[in-house]
Amino acid sequence: MSFTSDIWGFLKVRKKFWLLPLITVLVLLGALVVFGGGSAVAPFIYTLF
Amino acid sequence: MTQTKTSPLYILGISAYYHDSAAALVKDGSIVAAAHEERFTRKKHDADFPARAVNYVLEEAGISLADVESVVFYDKPLLKFERLLETYHAFAPSGLKSFLTAIPVWIKEKLFMRAMLEKALKEFLPEGAALPPLRFPEHHLSHAASAFFPSPFEDAAILTVDGVGEWATTSISHGRGNGIATLREIDFPHSLGLLYSAFTAYCGFKVNSGEYKLMGLAPYGDPNAEQTRFFEDCIERELIDIREDGSYLLNMRYFSYATGLRMYNEPLWRRLFGIPPRTAESEDVGQDYMNMAMAIQHVTEKIVLRLARSARELTGSTCLCLAGGVALNCVANGKLLESGLFDRIWIQPASGDAGGALGAALAWWHIGLDKPRVPEAHDAMLGSYLGPEFSSDEVLRTCRRFQAPVHMAADESELVNTVADLLDAGKVVGWFQGRMEYGPRALGNRSILGDPRNPEMQKRLNLKIKYREGFRPFAPSVLEEDVREYFDIASDSPYMLIVEPVKEELRKPLPDGYASLPLWERLYWQRSTLPAITHIDFSARIQTVSRRTNPRYWALLNAFKQRHGCAVVVNTSFNVRGEPVVCTPEDAYICFMRTEMDCLVMGNAILYKEEQPSLPDDGRWRKEYVLD
Repeated sequence: MSFTSDIWGFLKVRKKFWLLPLITVLVLLGALVVFGGGSAVAPFIYTLF
Repeated sequence: MTQTKTSPLYILGISAYYHDSAAALVKDGSIVAAAHEERFTRKKHDADFPARAVNYVLEEAGISLADVESVVFYDKPLLKFERLLETYHAFAPSGLKSFLTAIPVWIKEKLFMRAMLEKALKEFLPEGAALPPLRFPEHHLSHAASAFFPSPFEDAAILTVDGVGEWATTSISHGRGNGIATLREIDFPHSLGLLYSAFTAYCGFKVNSGEYKLMGLAPYGDPNAEQTRFFEDCIERELIDIREDGSYLLNMRYFSYATGLRMYNEPLWRRLFGIPPRTAESEDVGQDYMNMAMAIQHVTEKIVLRLARSARELTGSTCLCLAGGVALNCVANGKLLESGLFDRIWIQPASGDAGGALGAALAWWHIGLDKPRVPEAHDAMLGSYLGPEFSSDEVLRTCRRFQAPVHMAADESELVNTVADLLDAGKVVGWFQGRMEYGPRALGNRSILGDPRNPEMQKRLNLKIKYREGFRPFAPSVLEEDVREYFDIASDSPYMLIVEPVKEELRKPLPDGYASLPLWERLYWQRSTLPAITHIDFSARIQTVSRRTNPRYWALLNAFKQRHGCAVVVNTSFNVRGEPVVCTPEDAYICFMRTEMDCLVMGNAILYKEEQPSLPDDGRWRKEYVLD
């Protein structure tokens, strides 16, 4: 719940509502990754994180 | 537990999940403790939640997490995520592979940073206690706060330069009283830190740990060589557009870090510079790469100087505070000091991301809670000795466990005189005293010491004790009072963050054609009466030792001076290559036994190598530490 309100607050403050559909799709994809048990380990590249 | 009006306010700062995680605790605005997680876990640049560092700082203050007013994380994860998405969007369709690699990490973990932090922090809460609120200041504000609030200045310009935080990569701010106002910012993907890292990678060193090696390599470049000038010209003509005010734009055609899995665009760099990337750290570094290191170092210094000039003009302040990874470029810092742009300069000793933990906590205290600030006469960092300390009993317990014969000095005077004699006899001494340092430099509490006059000392320390590249220089610790007898430096340098030249009268003449001699011949040429700490260009990364902040180390240097008048010792961090600096007596003893160090001094206990039972060792420990 706090995640949703954090995201909403962030989009409001930054006035970046165009990111909302992108984030929604990514979170849904994320759910697939989590339930699919896929690995989320990335190689270390400076700006990825 | 509820805070009463009289009870002190504690703020816990955390840096994590990127690199160099750390924790710092502030009590009513004063720094109580701070430590890097890597020192406890023995995993270099450990990026995990700093559980052991948090545990330590709370223990140091004798409180639980429930007594903390706020926990402050050193950056804004959602803003960083915004940068990631917008960058991929801007560069699309290139970067798809990187996108598919990075995004799962974010949507599985990092996007839920608050929940991750809360889960990790709950481990420290007593049953039924409520979690303190979590705060998220911006990355560059954390850096700026770590530079300004502990500084001795009431009013100062603040320059923060690093790889990248959320968006900002460079910022100029103005610190006054308890406030910080950001005046200028340069945003990702234009980044001086990442430009330097790209060259670090091209010269065969690791990004995010090899930058200081590149800096150490730069003086081996030939300043008169056509190739060095060509490299500098290529950088300024093609890679970066530097403006008069120090602002800059990178030509992103040449860089892959924004959306790729490498730092640079290899075919374009090969074509531009005419040399291939150096592939491995193990092979010898050729003159081409030394010239390249010198070229990027010169460009970096030029940008830093212009930024500093802008900071001076924008703020009107005569004092400057520095932080961010680029502030660890002590050669650039030395040039800044020499430039006379500012009357005084103060650099945060933990300028990298670990220092963000402290900056975040201080930012919340002064800015978030609007608490007044009274600058300390010197600074508020307590010499950066902010880590754990071990009692004599704990040292002796460790010695007993290893069945290690120990000689106890009766008092400090006997101790420092014995150690001064050992140094004078050419011995290499592991010096483990008091509280561990915060920041990457060992400042005389977790140090390996040697005699700087000894012509063989640099080679011996590099190859037989640190097991690292032979070209790397060593730094001197010098009595604060005597620094100007040895070095041309206009101020103190308590945190070993300023490089300045060895005095002319201590230097020895160089042979004709010195610059064109092979590396090893140049390296082992006796350039001064202090050969072990005089770098190839007669420079030295100086630590001035103050009686006020480290009386025991000061007494040791003073005792060494009594022998032959030399107030300088070689000081290198107590570790081997790839290992975090030692934290506990056990770490120190094991490191001592695995290397060719002659003596170990922990508190008043002196241990001689020849008396020690051999440590069961099959040499596998060398693989424990991934080379940095």
